[in-house]
Amino acid sequence: MSWVEIVQIWLVAFVTLSLFSFLYKDNPFYRLVEHIFAGLSAGYYVGLIYHSVILQTMIDPMFRNGEWWLIFPGILGALMFSRFSKNYGWISRISLAFVMGNTAGIFLLSELHGKVLPQVGATMRSLNPQHQADGWTGVLLSLLIVVGVVSTLIYFYFSKEHKGVLGGVAKVGIWFIMISFGAHFGYTVMARISLLIGRVQFLIFDFGNSIKELFG
Amino acid sequence: MTFVVILLYKGVIIPQRQLFRFLIIIIGLILLAAPILSADSLDVATDSVQDVAGQIITDSVETTTSTEEVAEDSGWGYRTERNNALFLMVLFSVVILVYTRWAKQGKELFLRKINGLDEVEEAVGRATEMGRPVLFVPGLQELDEIETIAAISILGRVARITARYDTPLMVPVRYPLVLAAGQEVVQQAYIEEGKPDAYNVDMVRYVAGEQFAFTATVNGYMMRERPATNIFMGAFFAESLLLAETGNAAGSIQIAGTAQPSQLPFFIAACDYTLMGEELYAASAYLSREPLLLGGLKGQDFIKILLIAAILIGVLIVSLDIEAIAELYKSLFVSV
Repeated sequence: MSWVEIVQIWLVAFVTLSLFSFLYKDNPFYRLVEHIFAGLSAGYYVGLIYHSVILQTMIDPMFRNGEWWLIFPGILGALMFSRFSKNYGWISRISLAFVMGNTAGIFLLSELHGKVLPQVGATMRSLNPQHQADGWTGVLLSLLIVVGVVSTLIYFYFSKEHKGVLGGVAKVGIWFIMISFGAHFGYTVMARISLLIGRVQFLIFDFGNSIKELFG
Repeated sequence: MTFVVILLYKGVIIPQRQLFRFLIIIIGLILLAAPILSADSLDVATDSVQDVAGQIITDSVETTTSTEEVAEDSGWGYRTERNNALFLMVLFSVVILVYTRWAKQGKELFLRKINGLDEVEEAVGRATEMGRPVLFVPGLQELDEIETIAAISILGRVARITARYDTPLMVPVRYPLVLAAGQEVVQQAYIEEGKPDAYNVDMVRYVAGEQFAFTATVNGYMMRERPATNIFMGAFFAESLLLAETGNAAGSIQIAGTAQPSQLPFFIAACDYTLMGEELYAASAYLSREPLLLGGLKGQDFIKILLIAAILIGVLIVSLDIEAIAELYKSLFVSV
């Protein structure tokens, strides 16, 4: 193990342990690492955006491929700098309105086409045992899907109080939602634990070996 | 297109009073034109086959059009295979416009109680009593995400309450565009409450571009400043539990809302109130009770009922094996 590697490992171990120290309470080590992290990321993103957005998607296509129409998004981006002026700060609202308007418009169709239509279509399942390869088991599973989707939609119905039949159906919906959340919770916790295992392995093996290397 | 919409809305192209009629005429024309334009799509055969059990399966991929032709056609032009989406979009737009009009005319529009949202004002009141700030995190996505736009909209309502009570507000953001939008709505809220001087540009603050650098900074802020109320609205990812758990440890009242299904369980576990999915989008209308937003929300409710009816009719058709209409009906819900 070279000295450079050892320094790198000790630096990473210091940062890792400083961040873990937050589990006890806020302390100067955590604050130091927090500020380094925030500062580094801000600087990194300035460089990243300059290269990947300004150079790669605007300047290069404009001057190399003659895609001069890119000047318009460029102008919209430049308008954001008007925020530094007290008198002309309002000009930046044009860019903001453009982004927000576009987002709403694009999402209207993409959500409808990409999510609503396919999900509604996929929920139309046959409850006839003759249509199911698994017979009544298939019917039961299809019924679960239909009831789950319909009752969940009813839960998100805001125009009537959830009382009586509507309340009962909404309650079934919330059960479906909670069961789904439970599955998500377990799945995500497993993924987080694997991340923790990675960090602990680093501290035990890499950092541990570097200590051995240094102190024999 | 956006500019045209803005100009229409501002009444530059036609007077605002006539805008509604103009929209209805445009929608009517599209509706009339859609079947004509879709004539070609009738030639695109959608093969339906029967599986072993006899269930009808509509295969949207098997068409008489070759892959190369589709690739060539995927540029500019009218996509006839997406007429179903156009039809539903127009239908939904008309429903929302009608409800919005009713709301503007002063028709009583009922909304059921949404617990988490009723607590927002109380939570800000608590922060005022304790003399501590309110922390509002508008998610970790860029402004081109609909959840962020919903969060910014809610921020406007929360800022009005903090302005009313003179409660300090802190809004850390991850992206420059969200920073600009956040500053705009907060400033507007303070102006509307008659307290423009109380607005401080640093209330909305860029923190860091990296996800966990942002989280580390916000966590540090929560432990040091101990805000009385934390409001997390928008798109959250792996940091959701880190933020919510730290806020919990700092003793803050927490209200969260996201449409990310994988993060909702963490918010439910660590926050006092959680807005799930659609409730996040309904929040702005619920809090403001503005006719325009209320009409939109009521329109969406009506659409939900339509979708439920469509599903139940579909289930009935497929179950009863009405082949003549099953294929046609299911093709309405195929996404190409």
